[in-house]
Amino acid sequence: MADVTFTVDGKILTAPAGTLLIDACRKAGIEIPAFCYYPGLSLQAACRMCVVRQEKVPKLQTACTTTVAEGQVFITESAEIAQARKATIQLLLGNHPLDCPVCDAGGECELQDMTFKYGAGESLYSEAKQHREEQQWSPAVFYDRPRCILCYRCIRMCGEGMDVWALGVQNRGVNSVIAPNGGDQLDCEQCGMCIDVCPVGALTSGSYRYKTRPWEMNHVSTVCTHCADGCKVTLGVRQVNGGAEIVRADNRDKSGINGDFLCAKGRFGFDFVENPERLTTPLIRNAQGKLEPATWERALRFAGEKLKEIRDSKGGTAIGVVGSNRTTNEENYLLQKFARTVLHTNNIDHERSTDYPAFALALAGHAGKTAGLGDIAAAPAILLVGGNPTEEHPLLAWTLRTSVRLNRARLYVANSKAIKLDRQARLTQELPPDGYKDLAAFLDLGEADFSKAVLAEESLVVVFGQECRGPAVADLVAWGLKRPNVRFAYLGDQANSRGAADMGLFPDLLPGYVPVTEPGGFAEYPGLPATPGKSLPAQFAAAATGELSAMLVVGANPVLGLGVSAEALKNTFVIVQDLFLTETAALADVVFTAVSLYEKSGTVTNTFGDVQMVKKAADRAGVKSDFEILVRLADAMGADIKTLVPFGKGGVLADLGQSRGAQAGEADRHSVWLAANNLEPRLSPFDPLAVLDEIERLVPGYKLDRINLLSGNPAHTELNLTPGFVPISALDGSDLAVPTHDGLFTSGTLGRYSPALNELEQHQTHEVAAPAGD
Amino acid sequence: MSPETMTLFSPRLAARLDALVQKYPVKRSALIPMLLYAQDEVGYLSDAVISEVAERIGITELDVRNVATYYSMLRFKPAGKFNIQVCTNISCMLRGGYEVYERFQEELGIGHKGVTADGVFSLEEVECIGACCWAPAIQVNYDFHDELKPELVRGILDGYRFQAEGKAPHA
Repeated sequence: MADVTFTVDGKILTAPAGTLLIDACRKAGIEIPAFCYYPGLSLQAACRMCVVRQEKVPKLQTACTTTVAEGQVFITESAEIAQARKATIQLLLGNHPLDCPVCDAGGECELQDMTFKYGAGESLYSEAKQHREEQQWSPAVFYDRPRCILCYRCIRMCGEGMDVWALGVQNRGVNSVIAPNGGDQLDCEQCGMCIDVCPVGALTSGSYRYKTRPWEMNHVSTVCTHCADGCKVTLGVRQVNGGAEIVRADNRDKSGINGDFLCAKGRFGFDFVENPERLTTPLIRNAQGKLEPATWERALRFAGEKLKEIRDSKGGTAIGVVGSNRTTNEENYLLQKFARTVLHTNNIDHERSTDYPAFALALAGHAGKTAGLGDIAAAPAILLVGGNPTEEHPLLAWTLRTSVRLNRARLYVANSKAIKLDRQARLTQELPPDGYKDLAAFLDLGEADFSKAVLAEESLVVVFGQECRGPAVADLVAWGLKRPNVRFAYLGDQANSRGAADMGLFPDLLPGYVPVTEPGGFAEYPGLPATPGKSLPAQFAAAATGELSAMLVVGANPVLGLGVSAEALKNTFVIVQDLFLTETAALADVVFTAVSLYEKSGTVTNTFGDVQMVKKAADRAGVKSDFEILVRLADAMGADIKTLVPFGKGGVLADLGQSRGAQAGEADRHSVWLAANNLEPRLSPFDPLAVLDEIERLVPGYKLDRINLLSGNPAHTELNLTPGFVPISALDGSDLAVPTHDGLFTSGTLGRYSPALNELEQHQTHEVAAPAGD
Repeated sequence: MSPETMTLFSPRLAARLDALVQKYPVKRSALIPMLLYAQDEVGYLSDAVISEVAERIGITELDVRNVATYYSMLRFKPAGKFNIQVCTNISCMLRGGYEVYERFQEELGIGHKGVTADGVFSLEEVECIGACCWAPAIQVNYDFHDELKPELVRGILDGYRFQAEGKAPHA
């Protein structure tokens, strides 16, 4: 709408006509307090905190419901308004307990802030407060009834935001309370968004309550390690003996692609980090065949010497490498570089959940056709083919719901089963379970209403799930490429499944989907093995026949996934890097204790191709990042570390400054400057940013917008592949991608070791009578 | 609601509710009248009633409870066959409403929201019932008795006891 000009507190502001006054003021840096108003949710106008004086209007007006128009004049702070707000707070405090010293929200409570600002700390009411006992609605959500100020934010967030509708208000007047749908239990997706938006301490989190105070934590903004959507998450960490522990996860700063959204896994599923079963010292299998603790030096030397001996005697083809869907891009890149340049093998793969090579192949030669999550949020029309975002991609589901609700985006759902997002869809199309491959032809036919509507869209983002693999991906992408303004996104499973694929954890593909057979693919590294290696199942088959003498498994549990027997690995020297003694680690000869994504830095790529920075939040003694382990392992093999990690050359060089005189301490100041600019000197062989420099230089498609990336925003990447390449899965006819279908409370190995997620799963499956949602 | 669906209600009420749902531009507008009619027939809003009303309107049971708990005229426990609502709002109060209310309590041996052991009577103190001109007034189910005095209480109760025993009311 056209811009209008109006005056607020003597300042002349301009905003589109119809903008809410409260939004226009906040954009201009004028803060208007509000408890019930929440951006993106419907208006409630229940709290009366945002009252302002509008010229020529007899009564105070609520800024959250007033839309701006030409020539209006407002005053937002005056004695009259302060008096009105103070009276509102006094009413709210009529029953709100003053237990701030023990309340979780103390220190970050909106009511507390406003009470301080307007000075209503002394109650004028003589009536006794009505105390009622706290309720536990689920393992995640607690409700303290007297603290509630009935702003309805939780109800609207749960209903409009999450489309769950699990909360309501019951009774009236002073007896009003928020009530969950399952009597005294909450039957929902357990996302915790209600806790997040609560302006006071009425809704508290099972995992955070009474643990700490907000000011005792450091807040580290990083990326969630669970699904492939890549939510920004702010981890509240606190110093403990032996490191730093995570006490809370949220995204209240609304940074990144997810705004304030987090699902149950992102919000509560960080506790695997503190699981007592976590490995804290490296293990070596002793002469009796038992794994026993060892020092890092001994374990590294032992593993390095053994790997070197096997490589030198039997060649690189006798070694297999398995990478991870959860490690950073830098670690994945380093792993494949280590495999190809130090171990001299192309036997490298990872547990594939999604057929990204088919996607890259289908898009070969077409730039700018992938959709980042931001593109999906801005798209006027989205075709969702397969997948179940509500369960497996909560952020995508949130983005689609929000876009349909607020931007009137048109969502088309083609799926073989009913999914919860059908409720937001303009049209749905049921497909037979094997019908995904025929979808392109069905759309082209243009007979059904669904096809007609989709064909009528001038601009479309096609998001497809793992039901589409191989030829189905090729057909769908080819269909879209024929049409103008169609972009694509492919749904994968884990935090960095896309990164693992992009970084070339494939027996036949280098980083950026460059075929290993391509002459001069990575010119900087001459002498790379040029014949495709063995895929993951082929590696274990080769290990069983004795063809493979050593395996290095990083952050993966293929023994469970493939059902490998101990017998099959008995003649193979197995090195495992992991957090826990998984089924695979239990069969290893050397186990290196690795850290999780929350304890390291680097970058990850979500399934939409958005690269984001990961920052180290938690810390503990005895564990090392996979990056450091790989560098040390290469060192133990006698490899040239400077070649492996290009530290201390090129890129940003640190200025070490002067060591004496007036400018002594310059280095410190310099590092302060670097830190303030989100830069780090690449002085150490364990600095992932040194490898990120190389990724940017060598990996096609990874031309990153550094400033955006370093300031915590996503940087979109492109898929790039040489046309004409045939992936190995197409050659041997086997479909190597096995979707894990992790739901709202499961997350592979990490989920198994997360008590919070297990408890939520238990709550939803056993303690709530009916299954949630749709 | 399709005819083959099981319903708690009499065919007459079920038909009435079917018509109500169609009556408004938004289905949930029918919620409060439906709850009232259902309460009149069943006596109170049982879990089963709430569940069926929710299903008829296509909203969650939680939504139904949110609305129902707001209104004091809707109840979640059975009342007596005759629910006596005594007004003690200002006009009735000034003209002796509390004396009438106290007499009812003495006669029935129950207090606010109480139900007699035989289930015939229940008693409630309520806000204005709109009969100020003839205060003090009470409402028994849908019938009004006005310009009351404590002495008249016994007669009113006797009349309803007769009805409860299946006899014709006093003239």
